[in-house]
Order: sequence, then C-alpha cells, then structure tokens
Amino acid sequence: MDPVFFLIQVLNGVQYGLLLFLIASGLTLVFGILQVINLAHGSFYMVGAYLAFWFTARSGSLWIAILGGLPLALALGFVIERLMIRFLYRRDHLTQVLLTYGLILIFNEAQRIIFGSDPHSVTVPQIFEGSIRLTDTLSYPIYRLAVSGVCLILVMAMIFVIQKTRLGMYVRAGSVNREMVQLLGVDVGQLSTLVFATGAGLAALAGMVAAPLSSVYPGIGEHILIICFVIVVIGGIGSIKGAFIAALLVGLADTFGKVVVPEFASMSVYAVMAAILLWRPQGLFGRAG
Amino acid sequence: MTRQIKDKNLRLTRRAVLGGAAAAAAASTFPAPFVLAQSAKLKVGLMLPYSGTYAALGNNIADALILAVNEKGGKLGGREVEYVRLDDESEPAKGAQNANKLVVGEKVDILVGTVHSGVAAAMVQVVREEGTTLLIPNAGVGDATGKLCAPNIFRTSFSNWQPGYPMGKVAAEMGHKNAVSITWKYAAGEESVQGFKDGFATGGGKVTHDLRVPFPDVEFQALLTEIASIKPDCVYTFFAGGGAVKFVKDYDAAGLKKSIPLYGPGFLTDGTLKAQGASAEGLLTTLHYVEDLKNPINDKFKADFQKATGRPVDVYAVQGYDTGQVLVHGLAAVKGDAKAKKEFYAAMKSFKVSSPRGEWTFSKSQNPVQDFYLRKVENGENRYQKVAVKALAEPTEACKMA
Repeated sequence: MDPVFFLIQVLNGVQYGLLLFLIASGLTLVFGILQVINLAHGSFYMVGAYLAFWFTARSGSLWIAILGGLPLALALGFVIERLMIRFLYRRDHLTQVLLTYGLILIFNEAQRIIFGSDPHSVTVPQIFEGSIRLTDTLSYPIYRLAVSGVCLILVMAMIFVIQKTRLGMYVRAGSVNREMVQLLGVDVGQLSTLVFATGAGLAALAGMVAAPLSSVYPGIGEHILIICFVIVVIGGIGSIKGAFIAALLVGLADTFGKVVVPEFASMSVYAVMAAILLWRPQGLFGRAG
Repeated sequence: MTRQIKDKNLRLTRRAVLGGAAAAAAASTFPAPFVLAQSAKLKVGLMLPYSGTYAALGNNIADALILAVNEKGGKLGGREVEYVRLDDESEPAKGAQNANKLVVGEKVDILVGTVHSGVAAAMVQVVREEGTTLLIPNAGVGDATGKLCAPNIFRTSFSNWQPGYPMGKVAAEMGHKNAVSITWKYAAGEESVQGFKDGFATGGGKVTHDLRVPFPDVEFQALLTEIASIKPDCVYTFFAGGGAVKFVKDYDAAGLKKSIPLYGPGFLTDGTLKAQGASAEGLLTTLHYVEDLKNPINDKFKADFQKATGRPVDVYAVQGYDTGQVLVHGLAAVKGDAKAKKEFYAAMKSFKVSSPRGEWTFSKSQNPVQDFYLRKVENGENRYQKVAVKALAEPTEACKMA
C-alpha cells in the first residue's frame, strides 16, 4: 500500500473509531455503573438522528437542533429511568433485556408512524462545509474532522468528570458498592437517574452529530447497537478509558479489514474482540472477577 | 340453469319437488368445473410489504394492479375478484409460512408477490411444490426466472442482472476502459455487478476491482479511499434506500464525483433524490422506466394513478399495473378458469404488454424483454436521456425452459 494512502486509511480508522466511541460511551456508563443491559441504546441514537433531522428541517441549523434536541433526549432518558428501568436494578439481566427490547419495538414503530420509511438527510453546518484536498482524486470532508474534534473533547470531559470531581467519585463508588454509598448519605436513586439520562443523552448526541454523515433512515439504531456492545466488552465494562481504546481498535480493524482482507471484512472486528477476550477475559480495562 | 329449476318447482307436485331436490343434491355433490368457475369469486393473493421500509412500494404495486383490473371492468375473465392481502413484512424467515397461508390456507387462484428478493425466493419454493400461479411484481432475484424457473412463475419487473447491463454498455460507449464495482456483499449486488460487467465487456471494458461492504454496513470511507488510490475510469455501484443516500453523499463529499464518474442501476436514485440533494445532480443511471417517458400510455397512467391514489407514480406502480394487465389478458383467454393452466400460461406468455414503460414481452424464462433507458439526475429529478438498450432479455442459460 502506498504510504500516503496508508496514512489516509489510518485517519479513516481513527475518525470512525472516535465516532464509535461517542456512540458507545453512553452504553458503557449505563452498563458499567448501573449494571443494566440497555438494548434500547440504539433507539436513543435513532431518536437523536431524527431529532436532528426534524429540527434542522425547520430551523436550518444543526446547532439549534443540538440545543433543542439534547434536553429532549435527556428528558426522555429521565422519564424512562423513572418509569421503567428503576424497577429493574435488582432483577436479573433477562428482565432488562426483555424491557429494553420492547422499547426498541416501540421506538421503531413510533419512528415509522411519525417520519415514515423514506431516508432523509441533514445538512452540514455552514462553517464545516467543504473539504480538504488530500490527493489528486481524494478530499476529506471538514465535517468529519470536526466530529472527531467533538469526540476528543467529550472523551476528556468524561474522564475529567469521572476521575476528578465529587460527582464522579459518587458515581464510581456507587458502581462498586451501592449500599455503602447509600449509607454514607448519597441519594443513589437520583444518581442512577442522572447516569441513565446522561447515557441516553450521549447516544442521542452521537445520533445528532453523526446524522449529516450517515443520513437518517429506519433501523439506523440497530446497525450500531452490536458494535457498541463489542466496544464495551473489549474495553472492559464500565471503563471510559477502555471504551476509548476499544473504539479506536474497532475503527482501525474495520477500516483495514475492508481494505486488506475484504473477504473477511464482516468478521475483522469480531476477530479482534475474540483475540482480546482470550488474552484478557475481563476486557482491556475491566476489573477482574 | 337456475331458472329451469325454478320452473319445475312452480308445478309443485310432490314428485317434481323431490326430483328437483335430488337434482340439486346431485349438482352439489358432483359440480361441473365450468359452473363453479363461473359462480365462485376468483381469489388473488397480494403478498406484499404493507409495513416497514418497503411499505410504500407494496402499496403502489397493489393499488396499481387493482387500477389495471378496474379499468377493464373490475373482473378477471368475467369473474368477480376477491383480493386477499397479506403483509409479508419483508421478512425472509416468514416467507414460506406466509406464502403457505395464502396458497394452502386461503387457496388463492393467483399469488402475486413480492418486493424483497429473499421473501420472493421463499414464495418461488412454495409455488414450485404447490403449482400455484405466481406473478412477481418486483423482486429481481435471478434464480426466480433462472435456475428455479417454472411454467407457473412469471415476473413482470426485471431480473437484477438487467438494469446493470445497459449501464455497462453506456459506460463502454463513453470510452471508459476500466471500472471498479462497489456494492453490499449479497446476491442482488453481485447479480447487478455481473450485468454491468457483461455490458461493459461488449465495448472492451473491464472491471478491475470488486469492492464489497458487509450488508447492511454503511461505513464507506475506507473503500472510497481505495477507489481514490486505484483511480479507475469509472465506478459502478449498487446500493438502495438509506445505503444509496449515504453512498452518493459520501462519494461526493470525498471529492471523487468530480474526477471519477459514478454509475448505477436506477435504484441508486429512485425515491432517494430528496435526501441525496445536490450530491446526486448529474448522476447517470439505467432502468426500465423513468417518470418523464413520453408515450400516451404513460401519460394516461400517471394521471389515472394520481387520481385513484393521490400519489405520484414510480417504477413500482408501473410494475404493479403491468401485473394487473397480464392477469386481465391471461384470464380473459380462459374465461376466468385459472385451472386451465396450459391455455392460461400460453396466453400470458405470448402477450405483448402495452405498458407505461413501453411495450414488452415475456422471455422463454418468463421475465420481461424490455427497453432500458439512460436517465440523468437534473434539478432533483430523474430525466430521460435515451434508450440505452432496446428489448433486453436476461441471459437464460440457467433456466431449463429456455
């Protein structure tokens, strides 16, 4: 492979990985801290994408869409936690899977009723329009780079909140020993609502940011759900740092899988997962046992 | 005949009444086939997607089919028609079960369906066993009129190979010598690319690289970079729906559209233009229909369909309309007796269909032999350019009937 094109493929892989991290980060929070298997994570992503479409179609600006859509997505996460997820913390994973699978069906049907089954697209914000010329035939859309920037900022913000703030400390402690944190006077119920709503908000934000890149169509959430679980499992459940590294690995594996071993492209990501789990069954940054 | 029995009963002798009753009993025990065919309704099963991604396609096909029948008085071969609708949900796993519901459960005389190739493949298997007449109004799966062709299976749309071939021929005519193909790694994509290759080869063109994306993955960036490094004369692609939108937009955003022309079958720009926006402007595609085709039948159909349904026509409506026309013609020839298969099939097979897409006939494998048009996207609409290939038949080596 030509070194120039090799570097461009690395850029593709990293850029795709960063986007995947943005999508998977909410899932690793909810899965790792609340120990809830949230299959509806992809639905929140879809909700974000359609909110972006709906708001930009009316206001003409993705910025307004994010400003208007994000609070709605957080509120949606809040309501779903309070009305449903709340009652499942002490139940086994099967109940959680059933409930959140039911949510997928409801969200998909609602999407069909409200928006129909045509694909839609979302326009790129004006300041990120255009592209950078890389070779004589290939350019790189500026918006893709901007999305990578957003993802990087978000990684740092999340790591900062979880590692350096009091809130992050409660969250970390709550994930290790719920009862103990409760005894120390922290309202774990409220903390859980906060974490779940944040997870939903992150997924929706990912959907909104990715909407101009991916276009908006029915079933958009299901495509990303499996890859998100792969990232969470590779990274180690609940670890933001792990999810970050895992997302980059998956992005690169997917990109180079398609180019280098096209016959096995659909398996390259899972091969990486299998190899890592053989080496570290708890994932890259997961707690053993 | 009914009146005759009445006359007898009018006399009201005990013997006559008993005799009449016996005759009636005998008639009901041993019905003459002709009598039954005239009296019972003809059942037409419309197994199509009425929900999910393809719902709009299924509804257009069903409504246009019924429009074609109603234009001829609403009967088929003089018999009243009962349409039995079944939503196939575009779910291949339920394909055989749903087809059996209509064929075995409802005992339909004619089965029509469907959009999704995987579901259609299951329907083909069922009618090959049960012998029911099947008309396929969309699904392009090659085997249906290829390896698995049968006297009772007709297709009124296209085979996946067909729309690719004329695009290959046009690309070669434009002086392109080498091309890259990119599609999902599934049968429909491979069949379409094979069509392009065969057409391209007629002008000495060669597809040098076949790039494949796992279905239904829509992350194309890595392969777009590959295309930029290969620098072919042109690219042939087969994607539909959300994948078509994203691919066309990504291809443009990567700056490739300016230097390497992108070609595809008409499905690349059908029902997706609004979402593709400026990225699709100028794209060339080939298909057996384009809305602005100039012929009186198309003009009339566009107006009638709009009036009947309130929706504009598309290629799926045309295919549904032609399915209706084929049924009207075939059943008129046997006076509504769908069991007279030999004559019924012979009538359909020799029918010259006067369609909004232009006149077409059935090939020996019972797939349309039809004109393909070159279309160009201008101001957000597919516009007719020229006839790319006249009377194109699919290759029929695989079909034993041909």
